[in-house]
Amino acid sequence: MNKDLKKPKNRISLKGDLDGRNQYKAWLYLSPALILLLIFSFYPLINTFRMAFANGYNGLAIVGGETFDFGIENFKTVVNYVDFKLCLKNTLLLCVITVPISTVLALLIAVALNSIKPLQKIYQTIFFLPYVTNSIAIGMVFNAMFTRVGLGDLIQTQGIINNIIGIFGIGPINFVNVGSSWGANMFVVCTYIVWNAIPFKILVLLGGLQNVNKQYYEAAKIDGTSKLRTFFKITIPLVSPMLAYVIITSFIGGFKEYSSIVGIFGEGMGPGGNGQMNTIVGYVYNMLPKSNLGNASAASLILFGIILIVTAINGYVSKKKVHY
Amino acid sequence: MRIILQNLTKCFPSRNKKSNEIVTAVKDLSIEIPDGKLIGLLGPSGCGKSTTLYMICGLQKPTEGKIYFGDSDVTNLEPEHRGVGLVFQNYALYPHLTVKQNILFPLQNLKGAEKLSKDEMLNRAQHAADLVQIGELMDRKPNELSGGQQQRVAIARALVKTPRVLLLDEPLSNLDARLRLQTREEIKRIQRETGVTTVFVTHDQEEAMSISDMIVVMKNGVVQQVGEPQKVYDDPDNLFVAQFLGTPPINTFDGVVTGGKLYIGNDCIADVPGVEDQPVAVGIRPEGFIPADDGGLSGRLINVEVMGRDCSVVFANEKSRKPSVRAIIDSDLKIATGGDNAIRFNIKRNKVFIFNNETGERIRF
Repeated sequence: MNKDLKKPKNRISLKGDLDGRNQYKAWLYLSPALILLLIFSFYPLINTFRMAFANGYNGLAIVGGETFDFGIENFKTVVNYVDFKLCLKNTLLLCVITVPISTVLALLIAVALNSIKPLQKIYQTIFFLPYVTNSIAIGMVFNAMFTRVGLGDLIQTQGIINNIIGIFGIGPINFVNVGSSWGANMFVVCTYIVWNAIPFKILVLLGGLQNVNKQYYEAAKIDGTSKLRTFFKITIPLVSPMLAYVIITSFIGGFKEYSSIVGIFGEGMGPGGNGQMNTIVGYVYNMLPKSNLGNASAASLILFGIILIVTAINGYVSKKKVHY
Repeated sequence: MRIILQNLTKCFPSRNKKSNEIVTAVKDLSIEIPDGKLIGLLGPSGCGKSTTLYMICGLQKPTEGKIYFGDSDVTNLEPEHRGVGLVFQNYALYPHLTVKQNILFPLQNLKGAEKLSKDEMLNRAQHAADLVQIGELMDRKPNELSGGQQQRVAIARALVKTPRVLLLDEPLSNLDARLRLQTREEIKRIQRETGVTTVFVTHDQEEAMSISDMIVVMKNGVVQQVGEPQKVYDDPDNLFVAQFLGTPPINTFDGVVTGGKLYIGNDCIADVPGVEDQPVAVGIRPEGFIPADDGGLSGRLINVEVMGRDCSVVFANEKSRKPSVRAIIDSDLKIATGGDNAIRFNIKRNKVFIFNNETGERIRF
């Protein structure tokens, strides 16, 4: 072969450099990130698997030198635990209810925002505000909106929401106070999650909409396409990659729901701390102070499995429906 | 469908919000487009030709003036009710739909009495696809097609609902040179087969000249000349039209008329009886030169480019407005040069145009 061709090829070959004495340099440069990842990501991950499959693993007992058998006892305990079933039900319901509602609302708002010219930037900012606000703080505000202040004859206010729906002759409903029903709690939490999830989705979808070539709409207009058909046949397919991204990430986020409930109900995860709104992540956190690391790890892995399956389904569906 | 544009004006607010200036894209444009013809709107970029096209299809509303399709006034009609098909510059094929779905799309929009059965739609789509010769590509997605094929799909989509008027926005600008030649013949053929009144926009004079039945030359939103391509080429109304049409472009000189004779420098090149004495701009088409030892126009030879059938003689003349003058002559003709590369030409009378020095208007003689 030609000498001139060979020479530069050798000089830029990565393999040649890493094989030789320069290899340590690569590892040196990578080391800060690698060390942090090893300590704070990989080790806990592996340890979670180890603890989950160690029967009856207990954080205190291990200090005493006790050893544990390999097995799936932790999983059995978790699955048969009544509280865990409630947590699983709450988590699944939250996902199934809030993801479609927030996605559809976000899409409609994004389309509306995209179609107005004056004040678009201001509205964009207003709609984006919840995203930059602390979710615990928002939760507390939601609690204040729904909560009743005072007891019995001394009730000072039923909360702003009850006051509003009272105008239409509904209520008052006990949304979040002691003795409130599971359904009422669910309503409050779902409202909160939808409200909190919309800004980011609007941002992503609006970005997608603004990237759609205007000529598709002009072509559709000339062909006399109705607004509805344009929306379903052109807009949605063309933003489908963003829709898929938004749906997948919000399902994952939904399964990890925790802080919103803490924000509204406090660490008791329910009115009066009865835990009736607890979620899987909440369950994991509950197990930790009890040194029940085995159960907590098993629950985490179950959550991991669920998210994996749902994401796989999402991926499968979007392969057919998403037009990249 | 005969199209009449009457005193059409389109103004846009200036991009610069602070100045309240108004940009006039098209100014007082009046033309009549005969039924069943292929018309080329021709001009440099920014001359308002695309704006004119968008006003015909209804995507933009004229600031002033009227548009008639046949006898009916369509000025304020929405695009979907005008019965026009538009092919966009970048085709605007829906990327998520197959070729077949793209072509079917306009048909599926039809409502009420116009609604077609499924079979009818498929028939019409297949017919349109066959017309542009993409019948075998029906199940492909647009990104699996070449530029030329996409172009055909776009034309099929525009034709499938049998529009009264077909509009093409820079139809050939996204194609490579070879495909451009092929496609422009194709557009001509499709237009002839369907007989649909077609208006297309281009900045390429060769493209417009080669396929149009009629060309409309525009500059800065104002129509310069309308007519059959050959006639406009042979008889330009002003200097701009003369310069815009023809490759290689027309050669321009500073000339002067004295006593009924046209001079370039000291060379008298033509008799122009009846023209007042004045300085003029002289345009001579490259094919208007005949090398002759006793020719009227003198020059100094720079280069001879042989191109097979013809050859192109490049020479210098101090009154030329460009550094060099280009003459296209038969390659059989011998070019004799005197000392110091001196060269002389006779000028064909019908290839010389003179223009008013200030206005650029043609002075006929």
